[in-house]
This record gives sequence, C-alpha cells and structure tokens, in this order.
Amino acid sequence: MTVQTSAIPTSAILEARPALVNATRFRAAHQDDWERLDGLLTRIEKRSIRALPEEDLLALPLLYRTTLSSLSVARDTSLDRSLIVYLEQLCTRAYFQIYGVQTSAWRQIGRFFARGWPEAVQALWRETLVCVLLTAASAVVAYLLVRGDPSWFFGIIPEGLAGGRDPSASTESLRATLYDRQEKMLATFATFLFTHNSQIAIFSFALGFAFAVPTVLLIAYNGLMLGAFFAVFAAKGLGWNLAGWLMIHGTTEIFAICLSGAAGLRIGTAIAFPGRETRTEAAVRAGRSAAVAMAGTVIMLAVAGLLEGIGRQTVIDDTSRFLIGGGALAGWLLYFYLPRGRTAR
Amino acid sequence: MNWPFRRRPKPAGPRSMRRSFVTPEGVDLQLELGSAGSRAAAFLFDSLIIVVTLVAFTIAVATLLSAGEAEVLMILWLLGFFVLRNGWFSLFEMGGRGATPGKRLLGLRVVARDGARLTGGAVIARNAMREIEVFLPLSFLGEQAAQGTADAFLTLFALLWSGIFLFFPLFNRDRLRVGDLIAGTWVVRTVNSKLGADLVAAAERPRRTFSEAALGLYGVYELQTLEDVLRNGREDSIATVARTIRHKAGIEEEGDDLGFLSDYYAALCARLESGLMVGRRRENKYSEPVRSGGRVRI
Repeated sequence: MTVQTSAIPTSAILEARPALVNATRFRAAHQDDWERLDGLLTRIEKRSIRALPEEDLLALPLLYRTTLSSLSVARDTSLDRSLIVYLEQLCTRAYFQIYGVQTSAWRQIGRFFARGWPEAVQALWRETLVCVLLTAASAVVAYLLVRGDPSWFFGIIPEGLAGGRDPSASTESLRATLYDRQEKMLATFATFLFTHNSQIAIFSFALGFAFAVPTVLLIAYNGLMLGAFFAVFAAKGLGWNLAGWLMIHGTTEIFAICLSGAAGLRIGTAIAFPGRETRTEAAVRAGRSAAVAMAGTVIMLAVAGLLEGIGRQTVIDDTSRFLIGGGALAGWLLYFYLPRGRTAR
Repeated sequence: MNWPFRRRPKPAGPRSMRRSFVTPEGVDLQLELGSAGSRAAAFLFDSLIIVVTLVAFTIAVATLLSAGEAEVLMILWLLGFFVLRNGWFSLFEMGGRGATPGKRLLGLRVVARDGARLTGGAVIARNAMREIEVFLPLSFLGEQAAQGTADAFLTLFALLWSGIFLFFPLFNRDRLRVGDLIAGTWVVRTVNSKLGADLVAAAERPRRTFSEAALGLYGVYELQTLEDVLRNGREDSIATVARTIRHKAGIEEEGDDLGFLSDYYAALCARLESGLMVGRRRENKYSEPVRSGGRVRI
C-alpha cells in the first residue's frame, strides 16, 4: 500500500490512476474472498449448515478471519462507507454462523438430561428447601385452623375446587372421592392436569421477577389447600387414605411445584440481593440456570399427570399407592442429588 | 449493560442504537439493536400466527369431534394449545436462526449479550417471562371484562403493576424486556446488504483536478453524505449538491453535474484518506484535522 502524504499536490493524483483511493485497491485484493463468504452464508441461512460440502465448511472460518481483518483495515484506512457497512454485516452474519450456532437438538437434549437438569436443580437446593418447608408450614397452619373451626375451610378452598369435599360431607361420600374409578376420559384428564399445572409452574417462575413475593404466596397457598383438605378427611378418619391418594402423584407434583417456586425465588433474591456481582450479572446467572430447572419441572409434571390421571384411577390399593409415590420421590431425589463426577462442560 | 434502577450520567449526544460487541478475535462488530417498534410488530405478527393457528386447530378438532375419536382429539388439542402458547417462541429461538418467524420478517435476531452461544436456558428464561409481561395484564383485563366493575380500583392497580413489565423495554437504554434482562440476551437487527459499486474506479477518463482550497472545504461526514447522494443517483439532489460545492469552491458551471461530483468525491476521498495514513482524521467541515492519540489542535 503506497502512502500518500498531504504534501503531494492534488494534481499528482491524476497520474496515480490505478490506485486512486484505498477502497479500490482493497476491493481488488479481497473482493473474491468476501463474495465467497457471502455466498456460503447465504446458503447456510437459506437452508442449514449441513447444506455445505466439507471443503466449504473448512473454508468458512478462514474466510471469516480474512473478512474480519479486512473490516479492521477498512475502518482505519478507507472512507468508503458502503464498503465498511458491507464488511460489518458480513462479519456479523459469519460470527453468528460460526459462534452462535447450536449443537444438534439431540445433543442438547442429551446434555440436558445428563447434566444440565440435575445441576440446575442442585444449584437451587437452598430455595427448594425453603419452598418445601413453606408448603409444610402452610399445610400445618391450615390443618390446625380447619380442625379448630371448620368454617375456615371455605375461606381457603374455592367452592368449585372443593367439589363437595367439605367439612359437611359424609364419610361415605369422602371415601368415594378417593376410591371410585372414573373409567372415561382418563388420558384427557391426565393431559389437562399436566398442561394446567405446567402453566402454573411457568407462571410461578416468571413471578419470581417481582422480588419473589407472588411466588411465595403461590407456594404458601398451595400448602394451605393441602392442609385444609387433610383436616376435612382426617376429621372423618380418612387421613391415611387421603395421604395415599395424594402420595401416588403428589410426591412428584408437589416436588415439581416446589422446584418451580424455588426457581422463581432464586430470580427474585438474585435481583433483590445481588451480593458482589452487579444486579444484571446476578439476574442473568440466576435466570439461566433457574430456567433449566423450570423446564425440567414441566417434564416432572407430565409424569405426575400420568400418575394422577391414569395411575391413581387404576391403582386403588393404599399400599400400592404409597409404594408408587415413595418410589417416584426416591427416584427423583437420587437423580437430582446423587453426586456426579465433575467433568469439563 | 445497564440496570434501569441505577442512575448513570446520561451519554452526551444523540442516543444511538449501536452497541459494541467484541468478537473473540478482538474486533468490535458494532451491532445495531432492534427498535421497540419493530420488536412489537414482530411480537404481534407471531401472536397473530399463534391465534389463527389455534382457532383453525380448534375448529378442526370441533368438527372432527362429532365424528368420534373424542379422547385422542381432546388430548391433541390440550397439548397443541400448551405447546403453541409456551413453545412457539422458545423452539424457534433455540434453532440456528435465533428468531421466530415474526422476528425474521422484521429482520431481528436474539443474541446473548456477552457474545457467547445462545443457550437453551437463556431462551427458555426470556420466553417464560412473557407470562408476566403479556398474559398477566391480559388476564387482569379479561377478569375486569368478565366481572364488570367489580373492583375497579383493584383492577387498575393490577393493570398498572403488570404494565410495568409490559412497557419495561421503553424504560431502559438497551430496549431489554424483563425476559432479556433475566436471560442476558438482547435483540439485534440483522442487516443484509450488498456491496455497492466502487465509485472511484468507475470512471475511465481524465479526471478534473481541484485546488487545495476546494478540497479543504469538507471532512469525512460530508464525504460520506456525498457518497450517499452519488449512490442514490437522484438527479435533483445531485444538481443541488453540485451547485453548492461549485459555489463554495468558486468553480464555474460546466453542465456535467454527475461527472463533476464523481471527480470531486474521488479527489476528496483520496485527500482525506492520505490524511488518515498520517494520523489526521477530519470528522466534518467544522473540525480541524485530529491527530490520533493526540489532542485536538485549535
């Protein structure tokens, strides 16, 4: 590249015809590379990275680096804006294809089950414990309240949800709700439970952003309902039977609700108390890992929906119900908290 | 990166949507953020597709329902509804393009703010937050519509509260949604431009020469404005600009405006570039050349 100083009179430029401005020289030297990269990127964007033959795939990073250095040089030496804008967009598109591309879907799913999910749940252990204790405490409070004064029941449970299972119900009708088989639409019922509960799990995660207060309320209310129902059934001597009825799917479902609540709690506390990090950094770290745990609870709730919709309707023996519920809980606990060797991610 | 609750001195000059984004190779790509308007448009487009699909799906299920196979259809409908509502955004953004159909249409893309790979966790986090940004205000509105004026004050309060989340992007510099904040992402414009022709190489003829004084009139800003005028090729603006420059430089009228401007552009570009080579960059016609690394000479 010849350096021209401003001392040369402008008429001298007339003679230096082949290299009037830097952009011209620069285009002549590198335009083929840029156009090849442009062509490759267009093909990837139109279809996918798999559409490229191997030789082009190997050329891609090299072309990217060439273009990137072209951009640096052009910014410092050329005033042709069209050239700079073109190189900027070319480099940006190449960057996203080279650095931003996801691994294959199967790889991602595999990693999620092998490491991502359990690690995200482990990271939430403190919040999970808080949610479990909160559920238990609210259940105890509601139980004591309703046992002391049954009219509390109607303050806690909306009428539609109670479905006749209130303190005025007879022992027989309560027993019937626990053991009667519903033969029709079992699978639909299971699906409905799954989608409904998952929506609540996602909601409680999102509500964590409001400094976790709504999430805490949601979890506490869940516990209150649990306790109120227990009080009604226990008063008729059906406490043990209700426990079995709840256990079969409840271990999975309540655990999942607690985890999604913990995810929301994590976000809320990270924003309220960021500690040494900046608030944004804390929020991002909490958000990304809590979201993985939250996605996992959707899977747990699918399992719970199956257990509730189908398992509970077909298994009506208390002991089996306890065994299935306890087994499920033990399975989840082992899966999440069993220590694993740390390998590089 | 900023957090809207923290007070910072306001940046001088006009607010730009360009953000620095340094690649591992150390080059700043200068991404341009998507504007609030285009993002809202993309969201509306996506919502429209979702709603239309849901309605069509529901009608199809309802007509088939009378034909039998009720159970399978109901399950399909429930799952379809759930996946569309919660999965539409996440599944598309997890793909290689990092954009839903609406975002692609508007030329937007989701990117991790730290320049790393966009992870599944980040995408799920930013889209789960739509629950409080969109569905929460909607459900409050729906509740009020259903109950009439049951508790107008409470509803108003709830709407205001949820409105904070909805209009969050307007309150911060980087147009971050609540979801973007939590997930560490932002939405940038995807530019796809063609390389314009080389304005200087085009002419294979003797060029006009200009005096030092004539070339000393303008800086980089004016040069690039002239570039735009030449690339647009509109005759009236070419004539206006040519007249202005001739008037300022004291050059006589000779008829060929386009040729004159092309030559002036080439000469000015060469002169300013030679200044760059020795570290003098003249930003615009008001400024004196600035020595890079040195002070402004006044």
